[in-house]
Amino acid sequence: MNAFSSAWNALTESQVWKSIFRHGAVNSNRNRVLVMMSNVFLHLHPVKSRKAGIKLRYTWCMGGITFFLFLVLTFTGLLLMFYYRPTVEYAYADIIDLGEHVPLGVMRELHRWGAHAMVITVWLHMFRVFMTGSYKPPREFNWGVGVILLVLTLLLSFTGYLLPWDQLAIWAITVGSNMARATPLAGTEGPLSAALKIGDINIINSGSDARFVLLGARSVGENTLLRFYVLHCVGLPLAAAFLMAVHFWRVRKDGGISGPM
Amino acid sequence: MAKDEQEQAEPVEEKPAKPSRKETKEVTRRQFNWLALAWTFFAASTAAGLTAMGRFMFPNVLTEPPSTFKVGFPSDFAVGVVDTRFKEKFRVWVVRNETEMYSLLAICTHLGCTPNWLEAENKFKCPCHGSGFYMSGINFEGPAPRPLERVAISLAEDGQVLIDIGRTFKQEAGQWSDPASFLPMA
Ligand code: FES
Repeated sequence: MNAFSSAWNALTESQVWKSIFRHGAVNSNRNRVLVMMSNVFLHLHPVKSRKAGIKLRYTWCMGGITFFLFLVLTFTGLLLMFYYRPTVEYAYADIIDLGEHVPLGVMRELHRWGAHAMVITVWLHMFRVFMTGSYKPPREFNWGVGVILLVLTLLLSFTGYLLPWDQLAIWAITVGSNMARATPLAGTEGPLSAALKIGDINIINSGSDARFVLLGARSVGENTLLRFYVLHCVGLPLAAAFLMAVHFWRVRKDGGISGPM
Repeated sequence: MAKDEQEQAEPVEEKPAKPSRKETKEVTRRQFNWLALAWTFFAASTAAGLTAMGRFMFPNVLTEPPSTFKVGFPSDFAVGVVDTRFKEKFRVWVVRNETEMYSLLAICTHLGCTPNWLEAENKFKCPCHGSGFYMSGINFEGPAPRPLERVAISLAEDGQVLIDIGRTFKQEAGQWSDPASFLPMA
């Protein structure tokens, strides 16, 4: 017992330990605050939460579940990337293989169902925030951040939908991306775009409009698959992670989780 | 003004006291110009960089089929038949009837799926939400709000039928009377 406690002491007195854990046991409010403040991850979180504010009946834990699902999706998505190749030739077959020829074929299903679930929990989280009036000042900024996060979640769903490269995927993206044609100024059929002309030639045409940038072509094809893959795996998750950090930090800055009326 | 002219000159000997805080903080003309120049340069290079990056997203070469192509001589097409040979590659049908030849774009005017020509039922039918179109391209069932679009059709110098899917004609806009939208058949 003595050997153990002296070893423990040696460990906790060592420079390595002290460089990681800078503030001893969390036994006073002061230490509690210091621990939170000196950790880049913890400092996003409020030091204290109102007891009533974290009641399940009040928050439904929907924001937390959404974040958890995001982590699950990031992790399972990373694993899927070891097998999936975003090319017209391989994409569909790789998805089939992920289910049939890869150990733990359930990984792809986890990713898919997790994605569906995340869309649902994001909406429920928003619904809760709306119904409890938690969007009101001083939290209106965070509501705005949340709306962008909602859009990012939907875009992640949309881009991920193309990757299996089956008929459903191709036509869903064909139909969905048609909306981009109606972008004001930047879409061929959008308002004001017909006014942009050099002589007789439209500057905004099917080879230069918003839909074209999205698809990398005039119709869904190999460029589209690659673009959506990059957006799905890198661009959108990075943007979402960045905004989530802001979102959580603002919860703390705006006075912690709101309390029941 | 006198103050402005003085600022770059040597200190005036009769004013040995430290200049007040307000005076030292005042932006001189020379400083202001540098700052404006710096900001202009910064804004211009940012704009140039973003434009270049935006341009990066538009590829110079596409692996899409050419928009103009020949489909053969008018005599190769039977009267009253919808020719589906060019649908796979170019996404158009070529139709010939007693009076004219025209080419319809195989893009559903509802949400952009590719309809099929149903020989037995004598109509185009979209598999996505069931829009139906007559051989003329006019819509008659399902959610499609307007007729299929025609693409430009003409005779090439060698007498073959030349189709240009880069130009489309909408019936509801009265564009089907445009001579480029059909080939009169004697
Ligand atoms: S896209 Fe053809 S009916 Fe909807």
